[in-house]
Amino acid sequence: MTTVPAPIHSTSDPRMGLGERLHGWAVSVDHKRLGIMYIAAGLIFFVIAGLEATLMRLQLIAPLNDVLTPQGFNQMFTMHGTTMVFLVGMPVLLGFGNYLIPLMIGARDMAFPRLNAFGLWLFVFGGILLYYSWIGGDGLYGLGGAPDTGWFAYSPLTSKAFSVGHATDYWILGIMVSGFGSMTTAINFIATILCMRCPGMTMMRMPLFVWLMLTVAILVLVALPVLTGAQVMLLLDRFLGAHFFDPQQEGSVILWQHLFWFFGHPEVYILVLPAFGFISEIIPVFSRKVIFGYPLMVAATVSIAFISLGVWAHHMFVIGMPPWLNSLFAASTFLIAVPTGMKMFNWIGTMWGGRIRFDTPMLFATGFLVMFLFGGLTGIMLAVVPFDWQLSDSYFVVGHFHYVLFGGTILAVFAAIFYWFPKAFGRMLSEPMGQWTFWLLMIGLTLVFLPMHMSGILGMPRRVYTYQPGRGFEIWNLISTIGVPFQIAAVLLLVINVVKSLKSGRVAGPDPWDAWTLEWETASPPPSENFRKIPTCTSARPLWDRKHPEDPDSNYE
Amino acid sequence: MAIAGAAFGALPEICATTGGDLPNTTGEPGNVVLPSILDPHSPPARLIRELSWLVLGICAGLFVLVEGMIFYGVVKYRRRRDDKTKDEPRQVYGSNPVEIAWTIIPLLIVFVLTLTTVRTIRSIELTQPPADALHVVAIGHQWWWEYRYPDPDGTGGEVIVANEMHVPVNRPVWVRLESADVIHSWWVPALTGKTDLLPNHTNHTWFNAENEGIYLGQCAEYCGNQHAGMLLRVVATQPEEFDAWLRAQAAPTVHDTTVAEGREIFQEFACSNCHTVKGVSDGQFAPDLTHLMSRQTIASGVAPLDAATLKAWIADPQILKPGCNMPSLQLDPQELDAVTSYLLTLR
Ligand code: HEM
Ligand SMILES: [Cu+2]
Repeated sequence: MTTVPAPIHSTSDPRMGLGERLHGWAVSVDHKRLGIMYIAAGLIFFVIAGLEATLMRLQLIAPLNDVLTPQGFNQMFTMHGTTMVFLVGMPVLLGFGNYLIPLMIGARDMAFPRLNAFGLWLFVFGGILLYYSWIGGDGLYGLGGAPDTGWFAYSPLTSKAFSVGHATDYWILGIMVSGFGSMTTAINFIATILCMRCPGMTMMRMPLFVWLMLTVAILVLVALPVLTGAQVMLLLDRFLGAHFFDPQQEGSVILWQHLFWFFGHPEVYILVLPAFGFISEIIPVFSRKVIFGYPLMVAATVSIAFISLGVWAHHMFVIGMPPWLNSLFAASTFLIAVPTGMKMFNWIGTMWGGRIRFDTPMLFATGFLVMFLFGGLTGIMLAVVPFDWQLSDSYFVVGHFHYVLFGGTILAVFAAIFYWFPKAFGRMLSEPMGQWTFWLLMIGLTLVFLPMHMSGILGMPRRVYTYQPGRGFEIWNLISTIGVPFQIAAVLLLVINVVKSLKSGRVAGPDPWDAWTLEWETASPPPSENFRKIPTCTSARPLWDRKHPEDPDSNYE
Repeated sequence: MAIAGAAFGALPEICATTGGDLPNTTGEPGNVVLPSILDPHSPPARLIRELSWLVLGICAGLFVLVEGMIFYGVVKYRRRRDDKTKDEPRQVYGSNPVEIAWTIIPLLIVFVLTLTTVRTIRSIELTQPPADALHVVAIGHQWWWEYRYPDPDGTGGEVIVANEMHVPVNRPVWVRLESADVIHSWWVPALTGKTDLLPNHTNHTWFNAENEGIYLGQCAEYCGNQHAGMLLRVVATQPEEFDAWLRAQAAPTVHDTTVAEGREIFQEFACSNCHTVKGVSDGQFAPDLTHLMSRQTIASGVAPLDAATLKAWIADPQILKPGCNMPSLQLDPQELDAVTSYLLTLR
């Protein structure tokens, strides 16, 4: 099925003026446009949060530095963490889900297109509300009132007594609103995936990415309302004098932590499972092999999600839980390494015996394997409770979770951008620039985050705006900061690459990577209803079957 | 730049004069023990380090193994530039024995990790205080530490000191952890892992310093604006020295008549509302100053304690420790001198 590739997004008529075109995007309910807008908004927030991180690293380049005031630094790490989790990770990943799910399952759109648009705009509004705190946080006319209580917002630091002004309220409302957006998107995913698959696509023939997004959607629906509930309680405390979290009135400060981490831990998986999905799509295509052990991959996905709901208290090993409870949460945390390990091995198994093409998406996917493994192993170390007594809330943890989130999620997102860009815009991204982006990013990542493990082991706590000389932290912090320009260069290069390629990239055609899932069967970019004719599915790799009629996958099901 | 800048403003200057090292006045045991988890001086920290090596070994082994597989696979199975074959490699859909193997083996590793973890948890958490243990109460405040010792003479009351915790070497110390406001965390890596101090709830930790020295650490749970400035010092000395220290802390203040003016200013201005000087004032909100000058540092360790920093601190605490809960009292130079001279007599 080949159509003439259109050089720009096919649903926008080049004769329209800019205003008209923007309006067209703003009122669109097409899942593809919404997906792109989700991703674009997320990437804008990524740049903002990256700038916040850069300021933090500048402040920490030397002991007793004063680039930022203490409060300024505290606002930076709060906004950075909050933004990265809620306004970068979630929307970018949900955006990819939005864009890809209907295409991958051979549907014309999401189940509820208008709800979909509603979700996007809620997220955008939530993000703006959070950032408006810079203006409104200290009261209507005060400046500089961004929240400074950390993305985890522990009580009682967030109570009226310790967090005056409205910064915390903006934090609560901004996150809550964008959270509602994520919940509607999750509902949409579930309905779409369960009800709108094309003929022949059974559950066990869905692309792994779709499986992972289904799991993520369920996790979102289980975990996020708990956060919302906790935030409502906090609002009641702050505005109506309830005492859920007020220790002066027999409220419990630990209750917040339980509620928060019951959301917060699955949230980590909400952020990495879609990344697993990208990797599970990319590695097979570039290794020219079918994914190794599809059923086990599905089982591992579901069990990771399930176990992730039972490990939240590993964020609370230092609050003085009884030994048996500490042991229990340590054991459940170790256990989650088993299905994660299976996935790792299955990806390697897929590459084994393949003929691997190292185009940029595959480079990033390999980078993901290398970095994520490191983050995963330090995670196992932190599940060793006594080890965690030393290193929780130290820079070791900061190093660990950046290896997971940056080295995992963000690398996978980069892989996905390079992989699906030709589908979305009909043009290829530049390969040489992509390779540069990759290597710059890998160097930057290692320089910034590897030394953090050392400063943690040497006793540097996290969330400190400065540190004293002579404690052995200097050199590690210096190296960390030196890595930042590499990351900035990598991101800049990607931006240039995207802008250039949109105009003058090589025309992609419907299936530039010689891939096997349904999105590659339609034109690039896909027409407004996705497919001329709804495709059919004969196995987990429908295009393989069509390309290899002599030995189709369906023989092996 | 005499005393300026935001972050612990005075310190760069002072450190320059003391050779860039940490404040460590004479008369105290000389060696400063840096806050490294690799350098334990107490049983819990030692147990944790042992376990850490084991876990590090297992994880490093896995790391080498799996990264090795990745790199080997990537190199061996990459498509060569001259490889123009169109054929797809053999498709392998899975393999039950292999997949079962890489489910069972990780399960076994997890089992070993769990057992060793539980064993160390138990040996640290379930240890009971021996009869000769020293019991200390530690209370976290934004952003300083309060320590309460049992009175050495048994005449009732507690001995209350701030920021610098003194302990005898080779005697188990049991610390009850409480918080006066938000959550803090007590972390001196060379002695033991961290434990949170929670409002409305008590926790415990214990250690047994094996060597003389000043053990450094700091608050490890984000507790607001000056979290970074909530440093910890545990001074371990010989038992006799410790006893002498405790008795001195329990002793009443000496009234030095030459600084009466300063004492009056201390009482008239808001100082006395927040600070206790035994027999002079009884503020509870801020560190006890009765024996201020027996300490080496000011403001929970952010700067060495001497006449110059003391004066600068009183003139404007917000310069030395921006955001801290002590206001600048706007004293004129003469008042400032008088109060400083008074405080210098609180030995
Ligand atoms: C541009 C690259 C990045 C740099 C240089 C960077 C650096 C930092 C630094 C210095 C901190 C503060 C640590 C502390 O004081 O405790 C931090 C915290 C954090 N970062 Fe990043 N980061 C980067 C990217 C990311 C990404 C991609 C994510 C997630 C998707 C992320 C999530 C977080 C979170 C959740 C926190 C914790 C905030 C808190 O303590 O409340 N960061 N980062
Ligand atoms: Cu603290």
